[in-house]
Amino acid sequence: MSEAVAPVTRPSADPLQRRAIALVSGGLDSMLAVKVMQEQGIHVEGVNFFTGFCVEGHTHAIRKKDKDKNKRNNALWVAEELGIKLHIIDISEEYKDVVLNPKHGYGAHLNPCLDCKIFMVNQATLMLNKARELAGEKGFDFIITGEVVGQRPKSQRKETMPIISSESGADDRLLRPLSALNLPETLPEREGWVDRSRLHDFSGRNRKPQIELARRFGLEDYAQPSGGCCFLTDESYSRKLADLWQARNERRYELDDIMLLKVGRHIRPQPHLKLIISREEGENRFLEGYRYQFTSLTTVSCPGPLALVDGRFESEAELEQAAAIVARYSKGRGDESVTVEVKDPGGVAREVRVAPARPDDIPKNWLVA
Amino acid sequence: MSDETLHELDVRRQLCPIPVIKTQNKVAELAQGEVLRVTCTDPGALNDIPAWCRINGHEVLATEEGDLEVVVTLRVGAPSVAL
Ligand code: SF4
Repeated sequence: MSEAVAPVTRPSADPLQRRAIALVSGGLDSMLAVKVMQEQGIHVEGVNFFTGFCVEGHTHAIRKKDKDKNKRNNALWVAEELGIKLHIIDISEEYKDVVLNPKHGYGAHLNPCLDCKIFMVNQATLMLNKARELAGEKGFDFIITGEVVGQRPKSQRKETMPIISSESGADDRLLRPLSALNLPETLPEREGWVDRSRLHDFSGRNRKPQIELARRFGLEDYAQPSGGCCFLTDESYSRKLADLWQARNERRYELDDIMLLKVGRHIRPQPHLKLIISREEGENRFLEGYRYQFTSLTTVSCPGPLALVDGRFESEAELEQAAAIVARYSKGRGDESVTVEVKDPGGVAREVRVAPARPDDIPKNWLVA
Repeated sequence: MSDETLHELDVRRQLCPIPVIKTQNKVAELAQGEVLRVTCTDPGALNDIPAWCRINGHEVLATEEGDLEVVVTLRVGAPSVAL
């Protein structure tokens, strides 16, 4: 091929240019995988999946103390840095089955990483097939991920890589540019669309090669990998989710449930009753939005938090117990008594006067965290 | 933008990235040149929706940041590849 034409001026409609769909999480690895492909002249577009458990902006947007943090969606930011299009797909409904019934089980917490990866690559495969159907050769040729062999104990072992390829249906159209040299040759390599010798052999948990490659590409600002891609790898979050299932006697959730597990202090004074108590103004405002779905408690004789009641009061005593707990977290915690407003989802409100709970009235095991 | 049809999208109380997803899905239904006004309460949308527009070739006409709400107005660009 003549070198006379500068690659930058070649439009992506170039019939010879091969096209890849990249799974973009917002972390460094997927970013590097895209870079490695772009370096070889591949046109890349990204997909990012919203599962409902993503660590993204949510909590930043909610909690006021995070106000100063740059509130950005990492996947979008990465796509812009890389100059690629990004399709964000809401899979939160279909994803429930992955979380509730993972064929390959869970990781350290309630993270079904292997099933999750299979599911996401499968979604990308369906997109690839659809685009090929609609656009033929102008569709997409293969899929890439930033997976690295041995990086995660469960989902990124050497043996699991082929499982993801085959069970997702992507087969040899799935390429992992960062670990390709540790894995069998894939279609894009065999066809010569990409040069295998310029792919990488990263493996294990050592992040040095990634950081070195990032430096080579001139990438300086990227999301630190420590947080993981989702709340399901978080111990405290997983415990709250397990508690929710136990209290309801069934393993099921709605999007609102899993959003609410990300905010507030969760206290369960009765097996059938949980209080979600805001810890600051941002959470307060967020919980406000749920007052038409839940019974809520708030102190009126002094400033205090807003609390949602997940469950139903079975007696006046239970209601007073909840009010006393809420009063405990109000400015009136030292007062003899505090007035608490109890409002049902329909907006009907009444007030109760209670003595704020003392610290030892709230045993540690009521705290779900 | 006086005589253009103005489409509205209300994503108040929805958290990142749902406002972006809903904007993306709404834009997919609109024709090039049409104008969409998105009202959000998640302040993150102030960064995310314009970023999404830049990436995908739509023009941000205005962003307004109120006390409780954020409004982003955009003009739909050329249709993107069917993914
Ligand atoms: S950490 Fe979460 S999003 Fe990432 S693979 Fe595991 S389950 Fe999926």
